[in-house]
Amino acid sequence: MITTLLYSLTGLILFAMGLFTLIIHSHPLRKILAVNVMSTGVFLILVATAYKPLGQGDIDPVPHAMVLTGIVVSVSITALALILACRMQETSNLDLLGRKKQSKPTKEAGA
Amino acid sequence: MIFFNADTSSWMISPIVLPLTAGLLCFLFTRRTFAIALTAALANLLAVCLLTYQLLVFGPMRCHVGGWQPPLGITLRTDGPALLMLLMTAVTGLAITLYARGYFSYRISDPRRTSRHQRQQRYFWPLWMLLLAGLNGLFLSNDIFNIYVTLELIGISAASLAALSGKPASQLASFRYLMVSLLGSLTYLLGIVFLYRSCGVLDLDLLRNLTANGPGIRAALALMSVGLLLKTALFPLHFWLPPAHANALAPVSAILSALVVKGSFYLLFRFWFEIFPSIISTAALNFLGILGAIAIIWGAIQAMRQQRLKLMVAYSTVSQLGYLFIAFPLVKVNGSEQVWSIVIFMALAHACAKSAMFMAAGTVFLHLGHDQIKNLSGVRSSLPITVFAYGIAGVSLMGLPPSGGFIGKWLLLTSSLASSQWWWALVVMSGSLLASIYVFRVMSRFFVIPDSFSFKKTEPLSPLLEWPALALALISMFLGLAASWPLYILATGSPALAQIIPGGLP
Amino acid sequence: MSRSRHKRFDGFQRLLLLLVICLTTLLGTIIWTIPGTPSGLADAVALFQEHSGVESPVTAVLLNFRGYDTLLEVMVLLLAVIGVWSLAKAPFSDQMMDANPVQIGVVRLLAPLMCMVAAYLVWQGSHLAGGAFQGGAILGAAGVLMLVAELPWLRGIPALPLRIGLVLGPLLFIGVALFCLLLTGDLLGYPEGAAGWFILLIEAACAISIGLTLALLFAGGRPAGEAPEKHNPASRTGNGGRV
Repeated sequence: MITTLLYSLTGLILFAMGLFTLIIHSHPLRKILAVNVMSTGVFLILVATAYKPLGQGDIDPVPHAMVLTGIVVSVSITALALILACRMQETSNLDLLGRKKQSKPTKEAGA
Repeated sequence: MIFFNADTSSWMISPIVLPLTAGLLCFLFTRRTFAIALTAALANLLAVCLLTYQLLVFGPMRCHVGGWQPPLGITLRTDGPALLMLLMTAVTGLAITLYARGYFSYRISDPRRTSRHQRQQRYFWPLWMLLLAGLNGLFLSNDIFNIYVTLELIGISAASLAALSGKPASQLASFRYLMVSLLGSLTYLLGIVFLYRSCGVLDLDLLRNLTANGPGIRAALALMSVGLLLKTALFPLHFWLPPAHANALAPVSAILSALVVKGSFYLLFRFWFEIFPSIISTAALNFLGILGAIAIIWGAIQAMRQQRLKLMVAYSTVSQLGYLFIAFPLVKVNGSEQVWSIVIFMALAHACAKSAMFMAAGTVFLHLGHDQIKNLSGVRSSLPITVFAYGIAGVSLMGLPPSGGFIGKWLLLTSSLASSQWWWALVVMSGSLLASIYVFRVMSRFFVIPDSFSFKKTEPLSPLLEWPALALALISMFLGLAASWPLYILATGSPALAQIIPGGLP
Repeated sequence: MSRSRHKRFDGFQRLLLLLVICLTTLLGTIIWTIPGTPSGLADAVALFQEHSGVESPVTAVLLNFRGYDTLLEVMVLLLAVIGVWSLAKAPFSDQMMDANPVQIGVVRLLAPLMCMVAAYLVWQGSHLAGGAFQGGAILGAAGVLMLVAELPWLRGIPALPLRIGLVLGPLLFIGVALFCLLLTGDLLGYPEGAAGWFILLIEAACAISIGLTLALLFAGGRPAGEAPEKHNPASRTGNGGRV
């Protein structure tokens, strides 16, 4: 019981930390990392839910399956977000540190 | 070998499997993608019509995927509201498919930037088909974790579609959309965790029958609601919507505004009034109603201030979504049955009207090369069908009879007055007034012929660019005349009925 | 909206910090007070384990009881690749440097080994931890290794085999699901006794697709062969490679 509680609270704290960073920081990479920390927190709580102390029967496999699904989804979104961040950086006229680039890239108009 | 009868519940997997396969094939092949997509859209519409017939004859049904009963397996369900949302998606989806074909063909025939437009067309079809599959999966699903997976499916494809245009503004807007969508999904997942810890099951029917009412369930519902509200862009969580919808390609804007935001709203409504009705407090309902009211007024004011046509239509979406939330406080007195009908009418009418409006805006943009409102003069003479479609869509948004928007607002007014919550009626009426301002502002520009105008000899646009918008606008207009059909479907397929007879009517 | 240039938090950030701490405390208390976890679904799974065709409960849940979720999830992975391909071209450096001999040696040693471990993990999934995702992750890592080593033949891979490999897993999954629908009347309802073989088939195909997906996500863009089909002779290619 204490084990479950400990891991769950850790997961919750991770979620909160990620949430705070996501809202405060504006650099895309920070946001992506924050979101990853948040999802890790949620998965930790899920895995803690599945825990059964020794001798009290088998672990609950459904949260494990949920975590597996969640990890796959999280990886996909992280990859897409990273490429989007790269594209944002390419098409804007600021470089990685937020300073104006020397030469403006060609403006792509039209939609 | 099993032969299918009309009452086999397995038919309900077809709206999901058809677009999924089509999406895979559209990605695999590069040549005949439009044919595959159109076939899938038509087959989807046919399947949904068959499911409607099945619902009207046999009542609400459950399908246990894999043959495993809950709580072990995943269940799909058809009932009135689900089927109406499926119909909305199928009809709007077909129109958008046709429009997108015309849109991309027109752009590719332009000799400048052909490779960019070919890239856009190449990846639009698989993304759109998979989004359609996700939407259908969301409306049919009866398992909270399965809903989470469909929400992610929708979120990723919507964000990729939003970024498809390649403009710097669209990349930024799409990134923000992706982050907000992910935040919403994670909050929803945290809610699932709390729910699972408290109840130990994932199936919606079992959750509904649980009488436990602990703080865990309340926290779970709160978390899930916040996540879904982020995705539905209720004020003040709407900040991501106008840039994402306005900077996307025209067919994508139509998809996002008409369909994607409705999915998460549908879930919110279902969770609040069918699965967990006993723990909803009046204060929470009123809070949502107030936020909806602010959304209506704020969205309309912002729409009036915009200089770009697409931004105006996007803010109009923010405003129209507020109407859906004003229905929430009316449930305590009027019962969830009637409020379902209000919400469904508003959602159906808005989906058809808004996608018609975005399609019209896209056609205007293609024709003129820009979408600045003050320079839209003279469009009426060169694009009469498009302007007509825009006008009719505007009528539905304003809520004039006999449109579906009028029926929805009428139901809202009567419900709020019947439950003596007359302040909502005031908000609805002022919202209609404000909507008429921003609709007419653009309509009048269309009809102005400036002094220096001369009839340009422009080549006629492909019919695919103009007629789908008109068809959808007319549907939203006559939804009011045919109002008895959705109400009949809702009554036959009432979710309450499903609780009494889980296997469907004999 | 960032005020992160200042070292100390300003007013908005302090308020947000307070809100987040309150939220965490509230949720933490709720977790604390949730009465001792109900057994969840472990009993139900244990009851039907022998009908599922595999011995590992997690694989049984993933691919048999809740296989529909896994089907959608495999689509999510594919969606990520489609999204990434629509955004950018795979950035290979312009200089054709000779590949580092150390990197080539490592790849030569490790990549085949990784493929073997991946295959073993996929097979092991039926009775221990393992399965399509785990094996696919190892395969993806092998792909990442090759990409990091910048092997020269990588930039010339035609797009069609890649697309076939990516779509293979999901298509096979749907195909098996529909086949079972015809046989037993339930989507993904494996016939009695053959469940284990079907699951292994699905897992093998999905492992290949997942590995390819992960490696291609690392590559960061569409391959060079994904050029548009129709050629418009009047088009100018003045986009500098950014399409």
